[in-house]
Amino acid sequence: MEGLGLGFLGAGIGAGLAVIGAGLGIGNVAASAAEGVARQPEATADIRTTMIIAAALIEGVALFGEVICVLLALK
Amino acid sequence: MKQERTSKVKGLLKVLALVVPFLLNVNAFASPAETPGAGHDSVAAVSGNAEVAAAPEAHAAEAAHGEEKAGDVIMHHILDSNVYSFEPFGEIVLPKIVIGGFDISITKHVVTLWVVSAIVLIVFTIIGGKYKKMSPKTAPKGFVNAMETLVEFIRLDVAKANIGPGYEKYLPYLLTVFMFVLLCNVLGLVPYGATATGNINVTLTLATFTFFITQVAALKAHGIKGYLAHLTGGTHPALWIIMIPIEFIGLFTKPVALTIRLFANMTAGHIVILSLIFISFILNSYIVAVAMSVPFSIFIYLLEIFVAFLQAYIFTMLSALFIGLASAHEEHGDHEPGAAHH
Repeated sequence: MEGLGLGFLGAGIGAGLAVIGAGLGIGNVAASAAEGVARQPEATADIRTTMIIAAALIEGVALFGEVICVLLALK
Repeated sequence: MKQERTSKVKGLLKVLALVVPFLLNVNAFASPAETPGAGHDSVAAVSGNAEVAAAPEAHAAEAAHGEEKAGDVIMHHILDSNVYSFEPFGEIVLPKIVIGGFDISITKHVVTLWVVSAIVLIVFTIIGGKYKKMSPKTAPKGFVNAMETLVEFIRLDVAKANIGPGYEKYLPYLLTVFMFVLLCNVLGLVPYGATATGNINVTLTLATFTFFITQVAALKAHGIKGYLAHLTGGTHPALWIIMIPIEFIGLFTKPVALTIRLFANMTAGHIVILSLIFISFILNSYIVAVAMSVPFSIFIYLLEIFVAFLQAYIFTMLSALFIGLASAHEEHGDHEPGAAHH
């Protein structure tokens, strides 16, 4: 029972950590993109594309973590 | 000019109409992988229920019981099953077909895939027909115009921007996958609809298409020698023992990332909406329902509509990007200069 409880705790903490990482990463991407657009409004389209790709890649890694946490919690 | 464009779009729609049945077939093939998984899941769910059901008896009480029910309902909503239920009006039990040990029965998600394929096929056949009848001077109206906007968006902002010259070859696939994923995502938000893209087998099938198209594009662009040279990363032979495994694994992480991204995004949204609704049942309170469950779940639902479009866009865009990277000739922006000349 103790082990099961620790497993759930681990899944919860892991999910939170993955979200923190993704939040920091995507926040950095968005901040830099906003800065870039403010300095160079004519490059908005390019910057947006690059931003979405980078954010999607970061999100992908975070989702790997989240899926592992879900598997932990469901086992 | 306008006529040229119209004929191009017309050709595209024709190819799209040709590709969709193919996709439909492959999805039928995808079901063997699909249903054993579902079987395991249901077995796991049943055994899980037994554990959870045993636990609250030993401990206390109603809260745990409520959670268990919520978990059941959420899992029932997320997972594939052999029953397509129209809750108050009854349900359709779908046939269970097992051939040679493979369970290829038609499940809820397979039915959804067929519905989506049929809608895409019918809509684009009709629109293609309209383009045939249209004189080059008139602008399309209404729904046809809306679809043209989407097609042009994928053509210019996704395919042309990411693949570059020669993008026309890959356009039918990108358009098909965009419309298909978009409709799958949106159908999950409609009453009695199921999210087929919330099933990892479906997204894996789609990502496998992207994987093979990417590899074929790389082989065509560089030849077999260049393709193999790319696996070495253009480094000194002494480093090959490290580089080749890394590049080889790198080939497979891309489709796996595509798979997990779409699957997790579509599943997570549904889990969040249902969890928010079930908070009011678990806490057994009208105040929570009015103040929290309803507004928050409506908010997440609206967010989900956005996510449905965004994930379809991202799937298409990353597919285009991978194809573009694989078939790029000169510019290897993210590689060292040594890698450039192959």
